Amino acid sequence: MPRSSELALPASPAPVTPAGTAAAAPRPPAPVTGEPAWVRRLLIGLALGFMALFLFVPLAAVFHEALKKGVDVYLAAITEPDALAALRLTLISAAICVPLNLAFGVAAAWAIAKFDFRGRNLLLTLIDLPFSVSPVIAGLIYVLVFGLQGWLGPWLQAHDIKIIFAVPGIVLATTFVTFPFIARELIPLMQAQGVEQEEAARVLGASGWQILWRVTLPNVRWALLYGVILCNARAFGEFGAVSVVSGHIRGMTNTLPLHVEILYNEYQGAAAFAVASLLAGLALVTLVLKYIVEQRLQQANPAPR
Amino acid sequence: MISRLLLRRHTVLPGFGLALGMAVAYLCLIVLVPLSAAFLKTATMTWPAFWDTVTAPRVLASFKLTFLASLAGAATNAVFGLIVAWVLVRYEFPFKRVVDAMVDLPFALPTAVAGITLATIYSQQGWLGQWLPFQVAFTPLGIFVALTFIGLPFVVRTVQPVLEDLSRELEEVAATLGASRLQTLGRIILPLLGPALLTGFALAFARALGEYGSVIFIAGNMPMISEITALLIVIKLEQYDYAGATAIAVVMLLMSFMLLLAINAAQAWARRRQGGL
Repeated sequence: MPRSSELALPASPAPVTPAGTAAAAPRPPAPVTGEPAWVRRLLIGLALGFMALFLFVPLAAVFHEALKKGVDVYLAAITEPDALAALRLTLISAAICVPLNLAFGVAAAWAIAKFDFRGRNLLLTLIDLPFSVSPVIAGLIYVLVFGLQGWLGPWLQAHDIKIIFAVPGIVLATTFVTFPFIARELIPLMQAQGVEQEEAARVLGASGWQILWRVTLPNVRWALLYGVILCNARAFGEFGAVSVVSGHIRGMTNTLPLHVEILYNEYQGAAAFAVASLLAGLALVTLVLKYIVEQRLQQANPAPR
Repeated sequence: MISRLLLRRHTVLPGFGLALGMAVAYLCLIVLVPLSAAFLKTATMTWPAFWDTVTAPRVLASFKLTFLASLAGAATNAVFGLIVAWVLVRYEFPFKRVVDAMVDLPFALPTAVAGITLATIYSQQGWLGQWLPFQVAFTPLGIFVALTFIGLPFVVRTVQPVLEDLSRELEEVAATLGASRLQTLGRIILPLLGPALLTGFALAFARALGEYGSVIFIAGNMPMISEITALLIVIKLEQYDYAGATAIAVVMLLMSFMLLLAINAAQAWARRRQGGL
């Protein structure tokens, strides 16, 4: 490994070294903006060592633990009715909250990026708010509003509507924690793109919806997809907020991460890791998609600098 | 029309009222109204009752533990995140792109999966735990490991773009003027990276303060010793002590809001710093 890193080094933007001295000296002088080889190797080693300890080993461990007791145990764990029910609930909750946050993201980005209005910065700050709220607190606040002791509790009970310890609560809590993802990807890009194209379309007679569908959204499609991917990954994996509002009813209000927790606490390690490996697989797919979209984003919108 | 009052500049584009209306209504429904429930619930408590709840020894111990473990995790990430970002921007090595993409794993991996995995490999029979002379899983050290894991992308991803934009000419000038590489690092590069590094540190710290899923499996959850604040809120809720849970939550919320303000200030500082170059 050190050899190839050494060979590959000149690929980095090469600093100017006077050609004459380089030829005369027994060894070419170190580039003025580079580090000696041993420093490079040490830093690469430290970085990879740190990442191995905290990322690579855990990721490998998920799949190793999942398959430790054989493929049969693995397949049994992920096709068991409770696991399938958890998968279905996770899919449903993501299928509701991602489109909701998408619609919100587009509306918020349209207002914030295309118009200059009083309170814009406040709105921007408030959109980021869910990121700084602990997931547990996100669950708690919905319990305070919809729970039996909460604001709407008595009314909901009288009308026989269940939100907390039921599917709507799970969807709400998931929506809260994934709230900013799409908006915060769209807003900076739409701000950077300005309003000229939209104004031109308007002057040429396009209606608001036509501008949105034919000009604005095609311009930001990769950022939109990027936001959707991140939002979806978090919606699948949310644990703390969902755990507080779910009530952990097997086969009913269990999402995949909660199912992992139950299996793990029942000492069914292999089964827990089998279900966990599904989520880890999804995380890897997310990373690959994210990487592809990032490349597209860079091509479509080269850094203004 | 409200929209005309709010707008600072005339525009030919339609849809401002509709878009802003939708955004604000949704924001209120999903975020602001539920959040205000926490504060209003606490307002029904008397001040002594609130104070007694949030200064109970078990609660104070959890605050201290959460704060210190988050600080340690964020500080570790500040050091190693800087090294990772540096290596990814400046050097070439095999599988660099894969490594770069993997930095985001803690964002993508569900916290519960991270929690059970870290607990397993850092337990005393685990892949990594068996080589360590001291116990990691089920001690406060385990909490530190989990919080380091979930905070890892923040520093790398805030420092990396700044490092990429950093003009090599500055370093060349420094070298030409006789600065050693170490002097250039200490006097040119690090000060320029400072705001981004601080922002990344604060983001990792803020995330760690509220973290729940990845911590509870590895923490051991012993009251007074390895019980984090988020878990204490859940325990109070399970005991139907809604007022107690909310009081602790409000303290945590206030702490994170202050941190959010600090992060915004750091970012504004960073922009001014960058603009100056």
